[in-house]
Amino acid sequence: MDKKIRVLIAKPGLDGHDRGAKVVARGLRDAGMEVIYTGLRQTPAMVAEAALQEDVDVVGLSILSGAHLALVPRVLEELRARQIEGLPMFVGGIIPPDDVPVLKAMGVQEVFGPGTTTETVVNFINQAVGA
Amino acid sequence: MELVTAALAGERRALARLLTLVENGTADGQTALAVLYPHTGRAHVIGVTGSPGAGKSTLVGRLARELRNRDLTVAIVAVDPSSPYSGGALLGDRLRMRDLTTDAGIFIRSMASRGHPGGVAHATREVVQTLDAVGYPVVIVETVGAGQAQVDVARVTHTVVLVEAPGMGDDVQALKAGLMEIADIIVVNKADRPEAKLTLRSLQSVHSSVAPAGHHGPGAGAESDMPRAAWEVPLLLTSALEDTGLSELADTLAAHRRYLEESGQWEQRLAALARAEVETWLQRHLLALLDARVGAERREAAVAAVLRREQDPASVARALLEEALA
Repeated sequence: MDKKIRVLIAKPGLDGHDRGAKVVARGLRDAGMEVIYTGLRQTPAMVAEAALQEDVDVVGLSILSGAHLALVPRVLEELRARQIEGLPMFVGGIIPPDDVPVLKAMGVQEVFGPGTTTETVVNFINQAVGA
Repeated sequence: MELVTAALAGERRALARLLTLVENGTADGQTALAVLYPHTGRAHVIGVTGSPGAGKSTLVGRLARELRNRDLTVAIVAVDPSSPYSGGALLGDRLRMRDLTTDAGIFIRSMASRGHPGGVAHATREVVQTLDAVGYPVVIVETVGAGQAQVDVARVTHTVVLVEAPGMGDDVQALKAGLMEIADIIVVNKADRPEAKLTLRSLQSVHSSVAPAGHHGPGAGAESDMPRAAWEVPLLLTSALEDTGLSELADTLAAHRRYLEESGQWEQRLAALARAEVETWLQRHLLALLDARVGAERREAAVAAVLRREQDPASVARALLEEALA
């Protein structure tokens, strides 16, 4: 028996900045997690399908384009269409403080802004999957 | 098991969950494999190996698309290394296959090697068997970026494609034992690069001067019970970037499968695999039986006696087994 926490790190939308996503991916790897990194410019359907095929425990979205209020509901909708809407989800990126409660009301469990330590993200994931 | 029934019916979410159980070596996973086993043995299992950066993932993605154009569904198992320090992994092969993600005829699963040194993971064979059982006619296994001796991929696949990038060493590299020997098809990728033709020629000169090793090297080609002429390892040029050579690669893969079937090697190989798997399980079950009957402490005491040079390992093992069976 060899169970690992599997995390999908995805960048939906059109912004081209993946440094933050890569730093988080590497931090989670160093915390002993298996990180599936899908790269830039993913459509909501691609994110949801990857989450399904990889049977991940958590989904992390990195969004720096400002389109989070448009993208997050569409990702959630695609997850629902695949009956995996119960997956814990966190969002990282540039999110105005006023939008944080809006995202949480949609079903996002946590929002991480610039300057968040990897440790914070690791702790959140461990708690979210009950490890 | 409900999950098995759903996966066999083509339910992708059930398949994904099943793969997790199998990969983690759970009791449920083993129960599922027992039910799935009669459904296995139909897929053509293709291994794609080569050094890091040779372009394996991109090539696998392009090959999968070519096979889709031929009305085949494709499952891909992409293995990346686990960190020896943290046990974690960054699985990035999907990155190069992004246009395949939403094709319902393709299922991609990333696997971490989880400490297994041979280029694939410990549970890769079981994951492949699961994908075979649910009906994918082609399963492609992409290994971790492999060096010279990571040859385990030959033990889980029918056809091994070795991907070389231009400018990766001279013809002496090609003469060395290991990865080159298990290749059934050699692909020089990145054909858009100027050095590609040179690499191809240097590989050609080596391959025309040595007798073909036959399928999966060790022993196969030299055995006298080989009914047909041995397979001559084809050298192909591909460019995943310019999308060239993929049709030839797909044709060659189909030809290799025909060759295996017509030469009797398909059957021979399945027989060898079945024997190896039964023996592996026999060993595991026997050890469990031994520990149940004489106790793990007695086994440890025997090890200690060997360590003190009081008894040799073979005699100690025989004595323990006789005690267990008495």
